[in-house]
Amino acid sequence: MVTLRVNGVSRVVDVEADTPLLWALRDALHLTGTKYGCGVAQCGACTVHLDGQAVRSCVTPATAAQGREVVTIEGVSGRVAQAVQDAWRRLDVVQCGYCQSGQIMSAVALLAEVPRPSDADIDAGMTGNVCRCATYVRIRAAIHEAARTLGGAG
Amino acid sequence: MIGRRTFLHTSALAAAGLVIGFDLGRDPADAQPPPPASGVWTPNAFLRIGADDTVTIIAKHIEFGQGSHTGLATIVAEELDADWSQVRVEAAPADVDRYNNLFWGRMQGTGGSTSIANSWQQLRQAGATARAMLIAAAARTWNVPDGEITVERGVLSHAATGRRATFGELAAVAATLPAPSSVRLKDPKDFRLIGRRGPRVDSRVKTDGSAIFTMDVQQPDMLTAVIARPPRFGARLKTFDGSAALWVKGVTDVVAVPAGVAVLARNFWAARKGREALRLQWDESRAERRGSPELVAAYRALARRPGRPARREGNPGRAIAGAARVLEAVYEFPYLAHAPMEPIDCAIHLTRDGCEVWAGSQVPTLDQQAVARILGLPPAKVRVHTLLAGGSFGRRATADSDVAAEAASIVKAIGGRQPVKLVWTREDDIRGGRYRPLYVHRLRAGLDAAGQIVGWEHRIVGQSIIGGTPYAPLFIKNGIDSTSVEGASTLPYAIPNLGVELHTTDVGVPCSGGARSAAATRRSPRRRSWTSWPTRPAAIPWPCAARCWAGTRATGPSSSSPRRPPAGALRSPRAARAASPFTSRSAASSLRWPRSRWGRTACRACTAWSAPWTAASRSTPT
Repeated sequence: MVTLRVNGVSRVVDVEADTPLLWALRDALHLTGTKYGCGVAQCGACTVHLDGQAVRSCVTPATAAQGREVVTIEGVSGRVAQAVQDAWRRLDVVQCGYCQSGQIMSAVALLAEVPRPSDADIDAGMTGNVCRCATYVRIRAAIHEAARTLGGAG
Repeated sequence: MIGRRTFLHTSALAAAGLVIGFDLGRDPADAQPPPPASGVWTPNAFLRIGADDTVTIIAKHIEFGQGSHTGLATIVAEELDADWSQVRVEAAPADVDRYNNLFWGRMQGTGGSTSIANSWQQLRQAGATARAMLIAAAARTWNVPDGEITVERGVLSHAATGRRATFGELAAVAATLPAPSSVRLKDPKDFRLIGRRGPRVDSRVKTDGSAIFTMDVQQPDMLTAVIARPPRFGARLKTFDGSAALWVKGVTDVVAVPAGVAVLARNFWAARKGREALRLQWDESRAERRGSPELVAAYRALARRPGRPARREGNPGRAIAGAARVLEAVYEFPYLAHAPMEPIDCAIHLTRDGCEVWAGSQVPTLDQQAVARILGLPPAKVRVHTLLAGGSFGRRATADSDVAAEAASIVKAIGGRQPVKLVWTREDDIRGGRYRPLYVHRLRAGLDAAGQIVGWEHRIVGQSIIGGTPYAPLFIKNGIDSTSVEGASTLPYAIPNLGVELHTTDVGVPCSGGARSAAATRRSPRRRSWTSWPTRPAAIPWPCAARCWAGTRATGPSSSSPRRPPAGALRSPRAARAASPFTSRSAASSLRWPRSRWGRTACRACTAWSAPWTAASRSTPT
């Protein structure tokens, strides 16, 4: 049994101690927006926030998330998240969409840290997230767009 | 309501030389349970209109990133004059009668860039017919002539009386009317949606985590299955001991299946751990034991010997022997895993009277037949739910429906006791074959003193992706698989002495589908899709080689030839990429990502996907 606080709600999850957070979220809590892509932190599809930091949930043991705030694509909220998701929709970033939960979680974490990122900042911050459809150019544009929106509002 | 039994008359499409029609006169319940709830009008197989004004378009083609759902919906919505915000898309069930690809005969499937082209007239008719019936319903309700009614953005209006009604308000009346025998399609100059950029229909669900892929399918008591496959292609299971696997908490079953040994568990993690605990013995006596270096060496040797002629004009050998200058090059293309972002998967549930399958099904009717065969069911009893898929790039279009067949064999092995979701791990995907095949090309060209190519000899060595599949009679003629030589045998230059020869190899590495644009990307740049495999040094395409070798002559080696292709067709990949706004934005820029902090090298799209995850080592052009 592992107690997790996910998207603001405490949940007791019946998983083995070695279970990665990814599979606790997907199989036990049925939060399937967080994706399995590689299982070895090479693709970023499983990215979630742990205390606001983007982490690869496929290599994060569920036990390591105890006592910390887990946020998934289903629960990500706030000004930055809204701006990112809006920008993603305005620019129609997605193609197959399978990597995009992870892309968005990484982008939100990036913008929370670097409000007006340069191309280089984006490249560095997003480099762990693979897109097999190669939507990278629109991802970068959407992050700039979200940054502009946030700057304008604040 | 008689709406869903409405008969839409067959329409002859003279231009396409096709006759299409959707006969909804037969009872679709034969194949699928009737979908419409009360208050929903189903004017034809491609459209439902709800009392709540929702317009649901039934997409017969899978959405895996290429935008088919948005494109197909656009066609219907255009002719219907729906408002884009009221449009929804639902995947069609497997049904060879209603949802076949009109270019493929009796087969429902997506591929070869045919989705929009084969659906174009069909969906325009579907939308226009429903629109005509809505107009007729309004005319009858308001007692005004049809011709005075206008339709715009989901609203019908009669200017003289100021009456207005939405689609949903008129659907019930429209459902009682006969379908017109013919309808007039829009003049393209009046298109409001087609040809303009609108939002994708799937942007929202793919940005809030709610999109459901096969990996996300949940059913009560569903088990997750992984398969232990042989360590070498072609090896067979000798014995296995699953007792340790069954000790893993959550593991419920260990069963032998044709693909290997399946471990079933209550969750993925337990299944994976259970698989690691298996003790397996394989009979490798008939396994493929050669690796990439051996195969490349063998292929190179073959490329030095004449192969089966795929095209021959003049006498290339003599022309090259007598040329002022001879150029020679060997190109190697490694095995490549298609590696769709969503690992391969398929969910299946045996029900009392049939079977349900959830899959990113690229050819649903083939999957349906494969599952039906294994389970001993009539195909109509296998309901295929085609879900959004995280890419395919050819992997999901295997002729033998390998993934659906594996899932069926597993659910059969446990007597259909519980629903099963088969998951290939990423490692399974990379090691599991079904690659884009290894190919070696040897080219020799003879140039005259002016730099013109006078002789051309192209030898191709590799596996057929068609041999042994149901498609063989279509593509293999006189021992030549046309997909093995396409682009090379169709070289658009008028070279007087030209020979293209093929060695089809017999190798035990399963290859299939074809990393997007299977044939042409191995042999020609012109159909290359830059969304998938950016240029590698090894992938120098033949017309490009021909042009480079012909020196600086911009028009190619035979500018006066009547066979000279149209302008643009001879552009090098670089030029083609620069010229295309889409490709220059996606692929070219994708190459600029910096070195990853995860320790991988820069090129996201090619290095990231080919180097670490390629089954075979990359080869270097010589």
